[in-house]
Amino acid sequence: MNFLRKHVTVLAGVLAYVLLYAAAALRYDGFFSLPIFINFLSNNAVLGIVAVGMTFVILSGGIDLSVGAVMSFSSVLIGVLVMDHHWNVFAAIGVALACGTTLGALLGTIIHTTGIKPFIVTLAGMFFVRGLAFIIHLESIAIVDPRHTAIAITRIGSLPLTAVLFLAFVAIGWYVAVFTPFGRNVYALGGGEEAALLMGLPVKRTRIAVYALSGFCASFAGAVLTFYLSSGSHLEGVGMELDAIATVVIGGTLLAGGVGSVFGTLVGVLMLGLVLTSITTYEGMLSSGLTRVAIGALLLGFVLMQKLLTRRIVGVGRAT
Amino acid sequence: MSPRNFWPLVALAALIVFNLVFTTGFARLEFRDGRLFGALVDIFQNGAPVMLLAVGMTLVIALGGIDLSVGSVMALAGAVAALLMTEQAQPVPLSVAAALGTALVIGALNGALVTYGGIQPIIVTLVTLVMGRGLAQALTQDQKVRFENPAFEFLGNGTVVGLPVPVLIVATVFVLVALLLRKTATGLYIEATGGNPQAARLCGLRVHTIQMTAYMASGLCAGLAGLIAAADIKEADVANSGLYLELDAILAVVLGGTSLTGGRANLVGSIIGATFIQTLTIMLQMRGVITEHTLIIKAIVALGVCFMQTAAFERMVRRFRPAEGA
Repeated sequence: MNFLRKHVTVLAGVLAYVLLYAAAALRYDGFFSLPIFINFLSNNAVLGIVAVGMTFVILSGGIDLSVGAVMSFSSVLIGVLVMDHHWNVFAAIGVALACGTTLGALLGTIIHTTGIKPFIVTLAGMFFVRGLAFIIHLESIAIVDPRHTAIAITRIGSLPLTAVLFLAFVAIGWYVAVFTPFGRNVYALGGGEEAALLMGLPVKRTRIAVYALSGFCASFAGAVLTFYLSSGSHLEGVGMELDAIATVVIGGTLLAGGVGSVFGTLVGVLMLGLVLTSITTYEGMLSSGLTRVAIGALLLGFVLMQKLLTRRIVGVGRAT
Repeated sequence: MSPRNFWPLVALAALIVFNLVFTTGFARLEFRDGRLFGALVDIFQNGAPVMLLAVGMTLVIALGGIDLSVGSVMALAGAVAALLMTEQAQPVPLSVAAALGTALVIGALNGALVTYGGIQPIIVTLVTLVMGRGLAQALTQDQKVRFENPAFEFLGNGTVVGLPVPVLIVATVFVLVALLLRKTATGLYIEATGGNPQAARLCGLRVHTIQMTAYMASGLCAGLAGLIAAADIKEADVANSGLYLELDAILAVVLGGTSLTGGRANLVGSIIGATFIQTLTIMLQMRGVITEHTLIIKAIVALGVCFMQTAAFERMVRRFRPAEGA
């Protein structure tokens, strides 16, 4: 019973996913098959990696609106370094990761030391990073590099590399959240900052690390994006912050912070992928505009469901 | 002019003086075809949408909320009006009314989800930000909708006794909202609710109604801004109309001295803030800075201004003050 109370929102997500998948499998021929499922993993790997970082931010009671911009910036940076400066692919990715992490840490530091609301800081961060991306290169840039292509087409077993990276991020993220002192600090911070301070937890270090981690994940997702698209793109990542928040929320993490899990985020990513693929590919509704409307409606539905569930069962519904 | 608008005005005056001295062509004013042309006119002409957004945003922020959906509502309103005029061949007044109605509905949705759903404003309006533009894209099938309609274009670039129509619209909306805030109890209710919703509710204020009204007003202002923006360029551009304008609007309100934590509304300050931002934008344009690059400067200004409102900044100032005297 205790387990149920603790994980009710995640379980609700899993249940909803199983039901939806079953419904889709009944409706469409060949939907219930391994290749289709692997497609879900690899098609949503970029979003999933961003969402793992976002999970930590939301668990800590914050929000990060800069992720889409950081991802796009990172992909453009890798493109410029590889194509215009002929860098080694790995060195370029390393620099992009360092930039993303530093930007995240900077945002975290500003949030903690000034006390400005996270959404304002990360919103400003989003504009700042978009501007930076346009400074380093005004247009999207195609990446044509044999080594880059070789990595992009690597498969491990029957899984594409992007899917493997996504699963690795989920696994590591889950381990960090559950078994490390850092993870416990994040949960404690999201549960109540004052209590965390009184317990003597390193609140400042934790908060900065959370945003740095989100920046790291977002820039790593930018690197994965270059493998996926073979280009560094300004256009990708617009509105991605909403997708990432949506997957985290669908996965049962409470927006108020302190409750949720990285495993839930995996479910959220798969759920979003399932809904979008069913709508766009199988129902033949290809309008990207309507897809965005569907994501928004889905997120709203889940947020409202969370409100009801937490108020009725867990009793942690807080006044907002 | 109240003393709290002193610093915003000083900042604006400093920026304008800087431009008059250092930016070539900034001071030039011409009278052509019965209207004024020049950078100083452009500030008000091009800045009208941001000013309208700032008026609506002031109400929402004074309530302790935020409205990120304004840019998308602009795009949606423009698209609705343009489609009704071109594809359905509807008269202008009906198209305008339908567009404003759509904007009002989005505002009502925001308000209902915030106040009755109990969801954080940032999440609600982030959802309507994405859904609004998505809907606009779906309606127009991702195409720009061009139109030729002198009556409608009048909204964007017409003049009445030499004054641009957008400026007159902003002035009208501003006066109406200012009267609402200062001559009726609404302003007091909004500030009370923003200061402490619980206390306001216990005092017998209808907090739900007040929140609904503010979000709907913000939606309506955004819709009007969208119509002006579309009329100005004679097309509804769903991909770019109102894009990134939510930061400009928030920045204008914060610059004007309305606190992001709620409980204080300063409408005049918001207009000054919006003028400051538009002056900054036009200055950067005239100096050849690419639009995309101005995002960086605006982000830094936004953070700086927010920082100046925080307790951390006050502590810092206090630490430095004795050193000044010594």
